[in-house]
Amino acid sequence: MDIDKKKLDTIIKKNGGERNRILAIYQDIQSEYRYLPKEAVQYVCGRLDIPLVKGFEVATFYKALSLKPKGKHSVCVCLGTACHLKGGPAILETFERELKVKRDDTTEDGMFSVDTVNCLGACALAPLVRVDGKDFGKTSPPTVKKIIKEFKHGA
Amino acid sequence: MIQSLDDLEKIKEDFAGRIKKYGKTVKICFGTGCVSSGSQAVYDGLVGALEKESLNKKVRVVKTGCHGFCEKGPIVVFNDDEIFYQSVGKKKIEEDIALLLDTIKNGKVADKLLYKSADKLKKFVSTKEIPFYAMQKKIVLDLNGAIDPEDIDEYIAHGGYSALQKALTAMTPDEVLDWVQKSGLRGRGGGGFSTGTKWKSCKDAHGGPKYIMANGDEGDPGAFMDRSLMEGNPGVILEGMIIGGYTIGSNQGYIYVRDEYPLAVKRLGIALEQAVKYGFLGKNIFNSGFDFDIKIVRGGGAFVCGESTALMSSLEGKSGEPRAKYVHTVEKGLWDKPSNLNNVETWACVPAIINRGWQWFASIGSEGSKGTKVFSLVGKVNNTGLIEVPMGTTLRQIIFDLGDGIQNNKEFKAVQTGGPSGGCIPKEYLDTAVDFDTLWELGSMMGSGGMIVMDDKNCMVDVARYFLKFLVEESCGKCVPCREGIRRMLEIVERICDGEGDEGDIAHLKELGRAVNIGSLCGLGQSASNPVLSTLRYFMDEYEAHIAHKKCPAGVCKPLINYTILDNCTGCTLCARECPSNCIIGDKKKPHTIDTKKCIKCGMCYEVCKFGAVNVV
Amino acid sequence: MIEFTIDGKKVKATEGEFILPVALREGFDIPTLCHHEALGSDGRCRICVVEVKRGSRKRIVTSCLYPVADGIEVSTNAPDVMLVRKSVLELLYARCPEAEVLGHLAKKYGVENVRYSKDHDKGKCILCNICIRACAEIVGVSALGFSGKGMSKKVTTPFDEPSDTCIACGACVVACPTGHIFMKDDKGVRTIWKKKFPLAQCPECSRFHAPVEQLQYISKVTNVPLETLMVCQDCR
Repeated sequence: MDIDKKKLDTIIKKNGGERNRILAIYQDIQSEYRYLPKEAVQYVCGRLDIPLVKGFEVATFYKALSLKPKGKHSVCVCLGTACHLKGGPAILETFERELKVKRDDTTEDGMFSVDTVNCLGACALAPLVRVDGKDFGKTSPPTVKKIIKEFKHGA
Repeated sequence: MIQSLDDLEKIKEDFAGRIKKYGKTVKICFGTGCVSSGSQAVYDGLVGALEKESLNKKVRVVKTGCHGFCEKGPIVVFNDDEIFYQSVGKKKIEEDIALLLDTIKNGKVADKLLYKSADKLKKFVSTKEIPFYAMQKKIVLDLNGAIDPEDIDEYIAHGGYSALQKALTAMTPDEVLDWVQKSGLRGRGGGGFSTGTKWKSCKDAHGGPKYIMANGDEGDPGAFMDRSLMEGNPGVILEGMIIGGYTIGSNQGYIYVRDEYPLAVKRLGIALEQAVKYGFLGKNIFNSGFDFDIKIVRGGGAFVCGESTALMSSLEGKSGEPRAKYVHTVEKGLWDKPSNLNNVETWACVPAIINRGWQWFASIGSEGSKGTKVFSLVGKVNNTGLIEVPMGTTLRQIIFDLGDGIQNNKEFKAVQTGGPSGGCIPKEYLDTAVDFDTLWELGSMMGSGGMIVMDDKNCMVDVARYFLKFLVEESCGKCVPCREGIRRMLEIVERICDGEGDEGDIAHLKELGRAVNIGSLCGLGQSASNPVLSTLRYFMDEYEAHIAHKKCPAGVCKPLINYTILDNCTGCTLCARECPSNCIIGDKKKPHTIDTKKCIKCGMCYEVCKFGAVNVV
Repeated sequence: MIEFTIDGKKVKATEGEFILPVALREGFDIPTLCHHEALGSDGRCRICVVEVKRGSRKRIVTSCLYPVADGIEVSTNAPDVMLVRKSVLELLYARCPEAEVLGHLAKKYGVENVRYSKDHDKGKCILCNICIRACAEIVGVSALGFSGKGMSKKVTTPFDEPSDTCIACGACVVACPTGHIFMKDDKGVRTIWKKKFPLAQCPECSRFHAPVEQLQYISKVTNVPLETLMVCQDCR
């Protein structure tokens, strides 16, 4: 993976070049690349003078960060309590079945990543699904099929 | 730069002048819930329509924070709560926009958009009449939904930053502390520790610099109080923190916000920028010689970072592992310096205490818990949303009066409070007055304020399994009881749900649950067994049904249930077409049957059937 | 000077000390796995728990991190202490069934049979953090760290790949309380953490005595010429 060092330098600078801002730096990088490339972790640790293993530790601890490339569309199924009680698990299963992918993974064609989150705080709209930042409330297994269609065709 | 009361007054006057030219105000909720339901389309539609009618100079359309009634979004409110419209634009947007215009131009109230009680017998025009709102007392959420959260002038016009001005210019830090102590304010993040006592310990702690932190890492599933507050009125949190910094003797604050709340991060950022511009942050605030800065830090999607020491580890740029707290964080916290962490809702109480006096605050609430508490009321309740009630309000009032009872006239079974650290409270205790201490006595806790209502279709063993699974995923893995103990409890409970539990499991769960609670390092592990222990305490019969009779009375645990098709099946074939395992057979227009051997129990048939002909046994 | 009691016996300690070393000094038997003399503790294994009564409040604390205080009453064998200790040992033994030290301790504290299915993918690692801290704080190279969280947490090198910073000194192997870390010297090559390191051959006695990279590291931090270090300690 070729990384744009200038871009990374800008991100590091924006965060004051502070070691304690490493999580924020990673998040900014991830929003550029849709994941956190290994080369970026190595570069950031070098620039901040942090042992690489410590930078790796942070990169693997937080769920918001992914060292694996994500799909073009990011599906996030909420499994908060309200969503669980109102059928969230069935929503996840439907995505997994329809897209032939397991949670926390990406479809073979790289189109969809399916992840879960333990509450997006929109419990009144349970069960909730967030696709590419757009929220779909009060979903059901049949509506999941429609959502997939919408994004497949929009692509 | 605002340096005096006069400067504040000037902003107020300017703002009043700015909105005076408008005859009417229409407030459209832009909380996360309403945005998901389509409030942007309503806003665009209405603004467009007003322009067409050349009414855009006469009507002020405001994007506000969360009104709390998320279930009924998008919500549109006219003037000061005069007319309350719900579910605007949910079905036919053009039609609803026309109705809004009709209300604006002709004052005609649109029946279709009014809120109706669940039994459809009553309808309400004004916000104030709706029981969901009428029974609330708003201190923290006072301005949520009333103001544009991206406009500091509107916050100031409603009294914002006047408490800061008062504290910094007319009170000594000791006086402010005295007021906070006497107000009886307790931490809203869950533990309920006295805020005044915490402030005092930090103020008295030796060494420096000292740090102020706001916990906005609201991770409890089923809770969105903090999200709504940060989105709806970020200024009040900043104001509380600056007052706290002045009192304790700190010049640097941090707000740690949950990564999953992008809108909260954005609005806090705007409020912060505007506060800096007006000089409420920075050097020599209100000419008092006091300096204070705040930084906003995004979390990384780790629930454990809501725990104070893990949050501090995360702020320090490390993975979010908690640390032992035998030496308190008020003495050795962030970077081993004296640090004061409060929940964002706690900070939001502070300006009100300074403005209206500690006596006023202490007059609200119950004996041991003063003020109000914001709850997110979710699950199988008719009125889902955010409420703020005085401490000491009973569960029954909350669920059946504000909440308007259980959806679809089902039977109330339990209410879960306190998130993964809390427990499930059965109907025998519905008349419990809710405060920190009463919930604790029932084996649950206040937590941050999530309240999840369950009906007879929810299996309590499954609920215990749900929270254990959540905690297994969220345990940081540092200490053994939490990392290894919770997953073993989950194994046992999963076995029970699968119909493979045996008699010794209950005793084993109780023993291991206790070991995990008393042996773990941080609050996450120390309360991890509560969902299991509380369901064992109140719903033993359900565990026994699973273990002894291999039955799930609520019809949730898949290995213990089967789907069948009843005689009222019309043979529409929809279920057969949707079934992913092709296990539904039958001729057109004749009742179908399910081949239970092939059935994967996904529930698709149950969901798609329009005749209620699919049954769970 | 601070005075308090352990199991009823009056003991003295210096301010700032933790309960564990005081108790061990006084002859009490408190087991521990994640405490290391040179590195201290960070409270991971939880088997050193004791019950502390302070005023009227009793609580379970880890003795390795709890600072001594005047008048506290410490119990090393209260029922809750034994419950936590036994539970933790059963959990750890299920995680690492191959670790002999866990088998001994589990038996000693009353674990008769392990009621959980045994893990086979964790080796003998109990995630005590000692190797990581030894590598960072004693050796000073920070080649090891944790990755992941919760059940997927493990000790590893960056990206689970052979590390650029590891010097194959083996300090982690020596420090590990359970014998989890694999290290092998064979035909002039040391294998550790998925990497092969050439061993230096003493020019005098022809013995392979230390990894070249370790000697280079020592030379760098001590300014002793590498040629000197290449000679084994016996022949120097």
